[in-house]
Amino acid sequence: MNFSIYDFTSFINWIDNSLNSYMSPGWAILVELVILGLVFIAFYAVIGLYLVLAERKVCALIQNRFGPNRVGPIGMFQTIADLIKLLMKELIYIKHADTFLFNIAPFIVIIASFMAIAALPFAKGLHAIDLNIGIFYMIAVSSLGVIGILISGWSSNNKYSLIGAIRSGAQVISYELSVGLALLSIVIFSGTLQLSGIVESQANGWWIIKGHIPAIISFIIFLTTCTAETNRGPFDLAEAESELTAGFHTEYSGIKFAFFFLAEYMNMFILAALAATVFLGGWMPFHIAGWEGMNNVMDYIPPVIWFFGKTVVVILIIMWFKWTFPRIRIDQILTLEWKYLLPLNLMNIVLIAFIVLMGWYIK
Amino acid sequence: MNVIFNYFGDVFGAIKSLWAGMCVTGYYFIHPGQIVTQKYPENRRKLVMFERFKGEVIMPHDENNQHACTGCGICEINCPNGSIEIISKKITNPEGKPERIIDKHIYHLSMCTFCGLCIKNCPAKAIVWGQQFEHAVFNRHKLTRVLNLPRSSMKKKTKESKKL
Repeated sequence: MNFSIYDFTSFINWIDNSLNSYMSPGWAILVELVILGLVFIAFYAVIGLYLVLAERKVCALIQNRFGPNRVGPIGMFQTIADLIKLLMKELIYIKHADTFLFNIAPFIVIIASFMAIAALPFAKGLHAIDLNIGIFYMIAVSSLGVIGILISGWSSNNKYSLIGAIRSGAQVISYELSVGLALLSIVIFSGTLQLSGIVESQANGWWIIKGHIPAIISFIIFLTTCTAETNRGPFDLAEAESELTAGFHTEYSGIKFAFFFLAEYMNMFILAALAATVFLGGWMPFHIAGWEGMNNVMDYIPPVIWFFGKTVVVILIIMWFKWTFPRIRIDQILTLEWKYLLPLNLMNIVLIAFIVLMGWYIK
Repeated sequence: MNVIFNYFGDVFGAIKSLWAGMCVTGYYFIHPGQIVTQKYPENRRKLVMFERFKGEVIMPHDENNQHACTGCGICEINCPNGSIEIISKKITNPEGKPERIIDKHIYHLSMCTFCGLCIKNCPAKAIVWGQQFEHAVFNRHKLTRVLNLPRSSMKKKTKESKKL
């Protein structure tokens, strides 16, 4: 077995073969699923907690504050302390709430984001499942979360929650279109829906560079719409602290609230990772055709670092949006989508189809 | 045609103004030197409060342990919630004239709302705002203070200072 941090295919195959040599294929798949689940749960917890911390730090710096700086060096363990606190909090029983729906809503939200993470390619050969319709699967699964939000708002027996949930529904269903169309532009460029195929197609340059102006327009539209998809500011009408206390999760407490909170940040991570994969080349290093020396230096940096670096940059941009722009009204949100983003996106798709047809992009 | 120009004008105008806002926050994000928050318990040794800060009512004493309070009681009358009590006594001064001096100027910090009426109305400017703000104690009675120091006396007004 030759293990390398540049190509995980042999490592994954080695695990698969060694498991198969110890037990029957059925058991081997079961064990693999359990291992995968545990790895993803640990990944989920670490990334979620540190994204919350990162958000608090970014927001503090933008507002000329320090942010959390007491628990551990520069507040490193603040969110872990918060999680322990939330774990020990009471789960409050709501009168006349629909108990069954009320209890499963946080799980639906968190399972939706869990399913989406499975299709992400973290490095060469390092993905849980490489679907040949990867992008389609991501779009489909990432919109499941809104069902959990709607259920939580409906079952809470609280008018604030209901208003928040209905707003979230209107918003997510509208912005789904633009997310899909923005991703479709890169699908036209690369000619495949498979995420690993899209990454491979960027070996000689990222799509945002190769696809020049239309790809940049798609990227901006995608960033805007994925901010709306994750119900983050300036599109955070679903929680809107100043109007609806906390929107759809007003009545949730303790670990159920933490689930909603974690799912929000994981959705942000997943959409940022998707943006990085589709527009910025995923784990593919930065290459310029012809510059062999620089390309070799770039290849020396492991793909996992490229992937996470790009994702962090996109996450920082999304956080920058949240702490700069004021929250917009529900009618403004729908106007933005239906009168501006969607027509621009459709025009952009037609433009890209024309460009691809004529071959006017960097090949 | 004009409609289309207006439409794209709206789009580019929006992007331009949003970018202007992002430049401001981005500038703060990459300049940690702009942070205005003070790390309080670490910097308490060199912490300087603003001159207008209302920490507590104090009675300044000079180097001879003398204060300016005549014991007139105007601060006690002006206080809206009875935070000040003055216990004064009559003595005979060396010139043989009867004189009123304060025995105790009692200040209940626990009841004070920091309105400043006592300080504004003091004719002798005997009480002023102090800048001390760490008032947490374990016993409420510790918040009742006697402002005039023990064995202090009243500063006699000289003729020059009266003219001023």
